[in-house]
Amino acid sequence: MDFRNSDTITGPRSEDVLPTTATAAVKVVIVGGFGVGKTTMVGSVSEIRPLTTEETMTQAGVGVDDNFGVESKTATTVAMDFGRISISEELILYLFGTPGQERFWFLWNGLFEGALGAVVLIDTRRLEVSFDVIGRLEERGVPFVVAVNTFPDAPNHPVEALRSALDLPDEVPMIDCDARLRASSRDVLMTLMRYLHRLAVPLG
Amino acid sequence: MSSSRRERRKADPALSDPERLYVITGDPDGSERAALDLVTMVVSKSQPTPTVQPEQAVILRLCQAPLSVAEISAYLSLPFSVVTSLLTELLATELIESRAPIVRATLPDRSLLEAVMHGLQKL
Ligand SMILES: Nc1nc2c(ncn2[C@@H]2O[C@H](COP(=O)(O)OP(=O)(O)OP(=O)(O)O)[C@@H](O)[C@H]2O)c(=O)[nH]1
Ligand SMILES: [Mg+2]
Repeated sequence: MDFRNSDTITGPRSEDVLPTTATAAVKVVIVGGFGVGKTTMVGSVSEIRPLTTEETMTQAGVGVDDNFGVESKTATTVAMDFGRISISEELILYLFGTPGQERFWFLWNGLFEGALGAVVLIDTRRLEVSFDVIGRLEERGVPFVVAVNTFPDAPNHPVEALRSALDLPDEVPMIDCDARLRASSRDVLMTLMRYLHRLAVPLG
Repeated sequence: MSSSRRERRKADPALSDPERLYVITGDPDGSERAALDLVTMVVSKSQPTPTVQPEQAVILRLCQAPLSVAEISAYLSLPFSVVTSLLTELLATELIESRAPIVRATLPDRSLLEAVMHGLQKL
């Protein structure tokens, strides 16, 4: 960006400015394949118009000593939408929508590890695109719920058939949603929070 | 739905401990330099000084009210890692202060989740 024009960079609209007490933040990641409704879900519950943050990532050479690597490395810019919900005067919830079927999302340090949990948004017409991301979340111990975005022309599968196809344990919540509706997206987040709350009960 | 079925991976038991929960990262008084997260909250402590770069002057102007690192990156249209290096300098010279996010960690904190649920119910 051209910083000769730095005076023209504007921050949040006046109604979007946070109070000075807003110092505690938590994040939730909404992850799913292309076109599954991530941006729509972020936008339907966010108090601000969704914003975009980006990062430059190097795809090849990951996990090897890339100072001496001979393989070519490609720098990729990845972008994700995010939104915000003020929970209280102090606590802010941020929602990040990421097309997590690609490995480099998991290289964005702390994106998943630092999150309270994740929502896996699925489209029943293209279930396979979510297999990999579910595996990665399980591997990293990131708690998640599965939200089934109900597109009008999608076949209506019973939740138990989907659970079996996704090989999800019984305790992982699954919920139908319409990402365009604020109340429905809110219910998905509530389902995640209730699930996390149950996990927080000591087992002993 | 296609006929394919996901094969479950082996979870690392160390990572799936159900008691892993939430903790506020970093030192509350900011003396420990924690890595900046997308949702680390940033507030200016000072007006821009003559020595700061133009990008940093913009950050100091925007952060008169709290903003997350992700929001700063969005408003400046700069990549996250560029923003974090600009912020690291501003932190070192104490022109801004930052508050690390509450992340999933080892200590149970159901009251945090209850606060979030309460907030969501008001939506
Ligand atoms: N019927 C229906 N349509 C939806 C729903 N959610 C999203 N859509 C539509 O699906 C299209 C894609 O939604 P997006 O929110 O852009 O999807 P995305 O996951 O952000 O897509 P990418 O960022 O391109 O991967 C849009 O035209 C939405 O209006 C839903 O719950 N029901
Ligand atoms: Mg999108």
